[in-house]
Amino acid sequence: MANETTISITVNGRERSSEVEPRMLLVHWLREGLGLTGTHIGCDTTSCGACTVLLDGTPVKSCTMFAVQADGRALTTVEGLQQNGKLHAIQEGFKEEHGLQCGFCTPGMMLLGAALLEDNPNPSEKDVRWAISGNLCRCTGYQNIVKAVQYAGQKIESERSGAQA
Amino acid sequence: MSRASTAPVAPPVAPPKEGVPVQGGVGTSALRPDGVPKVKGEFAYSSDMWDEHMLWGATVRSPHPHACIVSIDITDALKHPGVHAVLTHEDVAGRKTFGLERPDQPVLASERVRYRGEPIALVAAAHPETARRAAEAVHIDYEVLQPVTDPEVALDAATVALHPSGNVVRHIHIAHGEPDPEADVVAEATYEVGMQDQAFLGPESGLAVPDGSGGVDLYVSTQWLHVDREQLAASLALAPEEVRITLAGVGGAFGAREDLSIQIHSCMLALTTNRPVKMMYSREESFYGHVHRHPARLNYIHGATTSGELVFVKARLVFDGGAYASSSTAVCANAATLCCGPYEVPNALIDCYAVYTNNPPCGAMRGFGAVQACFAYESQMDLLAAKLAMDPVELRLRNAASTGTVTPTGQKIEGPAPVAELLTRVRDAPLPPPGSPGTPDIRELPGGVSNATHGEAVRRGIGHAAGYKNICYSEGFDDYATARVRLSAPAGEPVVEVHTAAAEVGQGVATIQLQIARTELGVEAAVLRPADTSIGSSGSSSASRQTWMTGGAVKTACEAVRERVLSTAAEVLGAEPGELYLSNGLVMSLELGAVYSLAELLGDTVVEATREYRHAPTSPLDANGQGNAHAGFAFAAHRAVVDVDVELGLVKVVDIATAQDVGMALNPQAVEGQIEGGIAQGIGLALMEEVQVIDGVIRNPSFTDYLIPTSLDMPPVHADVLELGDPGSPYGVKGVGEPPVISSTPAVVAAVRAATGRALRRIPMRPDDVAGLTDRSPAGEAPREPR
Repeated sequence: MANETTISITVNGRERSSEVEPRMLLVHWLREGLGLTGTHIGCDTTSCGACTVLLDGTPVKSCTMFAVQADGRALTTVEGLQQNGKLHAIQEGFKEEHGLQCGFCTPGMMLLGAALLEDNPNPSEKDVRWAISGNLCRCTGYQNIVKAVQYAGQKIESERSGAQA
Repeated sequence: MSRASTAPVAPPVAPPKEGVPVQGGVGTSALRPDGVPKVKGEFAYSSDMWDEHMLWGATVRSPHPHACIVSIDITDALKHPGVHAVLTHEDVAGRKTFGLERPDQPVLASERVRYRGEPIALVAAAHPETARRAAEAVHIDYEVLQPVTDPEVALDAATVALHPSGNVVRHIHIAHGEPDPEADVVAEATYEVGMQDQAFLGPESGLAVPDGSGGVDLYVSTQWLHVDREQLAASLALAPEEVRITLAGVGGAFGAREDLSIQIHSCMLALTTNRPVKMMYSREESFYGHVHRHPARLNYIHGATTSGELVFVKARLVFDGGAYASSSTAVCANAATLCCGPYEVPNALIDCYAVYTNNPPCGAMRGFGAVQACFAYESQMDLLAAKLAMDPVELRLRNAASTGTVTPTGQKIEGPAPVAELLTRVRDAPLPPPGSPGTPDIRELPGGVSNATHGEAVRRGIGHAAGYKNICYSEGFDDYATARVRLSAPAGEPVVEVHTAAAEVGQGVATIQLQIARTELGVEAAVLRPADTSIGSSGSSSASRQTWMTGGAVKTACEAVRERVLSTAAEVLGAEPGELYLSNGLVMSLELGAVYSLAELLGDTVVEATREYRHAPTSPLDANGQGNAHAGFAFAAHRAVVDVDVELGLVKVVDIATAQDVGMALNPQAVEGQIEGGIAQGIGLALMEEVQVIDGVIRNPSFTDYLIPTSLDMPPVHADVLELGDPGSPYGVKGVGEPPVISSTPAVVAAVRAATGRALRRIPMRPDDVAGLTDRSPAGEAPREPR
């Protein structure tokens, strides 16, 4: 392909470089270039958020970004939530609180939740509802997603206080 | 969620003898087996299917809702570098048409297109973009015809017939009781329901892999593997065993995956090119690629005595089936048979039509005919209550169905029908605190930050509704599910393996199957094999039937395995099998306690049983719409509390209280998830969700313009779950998935009516309707209620 450019992006802690056309969407680079299919495509129009990833810690919808826009930056996808074989608290929360049914929105919802908890470790129900309001879930009615995020916040807090004790 | 048992569950088959309950058995909120892969991002959805050598398929679709095809020229498309095949109707090897209930839909259109978006040609190419570009290079000449888009016009005998059979897909006439009864008070109105989309998040997609000897393996998201296979085999001219389907990860369904989308097309391309072929619709294509909920126009006349006893219901219901039949005949039957609501109605005269038009095809969506009817009959109950100057809940209680009630088809309701109790519970549920007067947080106002006022025109309204739904398939259909259960001890520990073709679409049937196996065999280690067509059919994940049906099949197969294990143990021990039971990996004796480890008893043997389960037979409807058409009924009630900015027409649902009889909650957490998710779709239909079709063209085929409730649109849900036990089902279960979506919609509309005083007879309600700037209530109704 003509007009390719080299990009280098830290994905889940690991530097990944490749030649891409400037028009390549970030979500396609992740899914088809790196095989990271946990980032989903649900709507193509930035409406559903199934493609949400963290760009330097901030949630972005990867269907509305070019891969080249992420050049030199750090991305976290759902595959990067788990650390050393241990589920992230937000993953525990969605699993334990029935925060998912079909699970298609789950990676995006978890990344929104993880970003929220970085800023606000003890979010109210209203805080969580606002934080996830840019993403759609068609199965759960959101109530168990809220519970899942709050579960994760409590878990992180208790681990933190346990570590300090 | 609170749970209440006000009557004992009466299971038809005695459960295994008491022991220490196994971890993760029935009645516990066992975790989903797919939970960990889903939170890790490792779960493979149909859109994630991949093969190194695969090609990508694309579909050429009609830009016209109604046209004759004059010619199709694929020459230019074939010239595109990277294109491997371009196929048309001439390449359909077998039956040229398909369809769930009648094969009236072309696999690829040949002479005539009947809706905008109808598939005409297919392309396979090395890259998805190449496939799309080549699809644009397929030249089709049309003779454009006037589309028939109004179902009433379609019913007119003078209108052009869209199919050889005419424009009526089905007409059901129900005549019950006295033909011309007299009532003291009469309420008449006409209601309209817009076209709703299932709006699952995971687009239609899959991978077809040729097997090199003429057959094909398909990995696809669907709701019913075996009915897909039947249609595929017919159109591909293959034997059923040459078409093997495995369920790929399903990103939601809600009815939209009952009909075929990419199935035949991807297999045709794969068999032609002898390469794996992946297809995946964009969201826009998805709006053309699956059926929607039927729009409907419903005219009702209710008659009652002055004391509020229903005397009759007369109704004429017209459902727009769109271009092809899909499941319109069954939707029509549900609407007709359930259209009087969960009430004692001694006399009924019903005509229900499903009609062909040139609108997008309509078919299955959660609630399936019961949704449209419930909006109308519950609106009628409120209208009647107003005419009688009676409390709307009181009117419903006075007429509430109960066990033994005879429905308008002459069917006696055999199981629990706790309509009065459900209504009383939601009526008496604690109310949310009143909205704070003064200067509220703008984010808390209806419309949130788009509310430009200080809330001075915000009024609160409360509405109630009840509804019911048939569970499982009806009208004499041979409804069954198949399960294979294998018990073995491969590494010195007992393991039970369950295999069915039940489609896990998110609802949790995978969890339920394992819970049943654990409980019935007293073995915690339970694994589920992937759902595929190497086992018999489980029927569809629809009609709220899988827990009942596939659950019943797994339970029956487990019972057969248990019987064999216990008779072996009895032989070894010289005991009676009836004195033994299984508990937590042990063979237990009533007298002696643990007598054997199950693993020890099994050794190298594998005990396996395959069983089919059927619910009690149902009957077709006769010429007067009479018959025991349904296998069972499920009931729910909802109370909605809303805040309405009556000047801006903005609505905020503040609180939903619901009560539902689920028979038995095999997994309380999953029940809660179904209830909350269903209510979200019910609120969506009341307030925002409509596929807007003008002159046969969808104007909003995207999630930017087709609105779905977000986390801010959804209020807290307070669910009161009753477990009254159905006498005809395994463990007494009823279906859970559909009732939440049925009566939540009319409850919200009733609450908005209470806040505004407006008639609001069309859903979804738009802000300008709510504010009184327009009145899209269909003509021919009684005047507006006074404010």
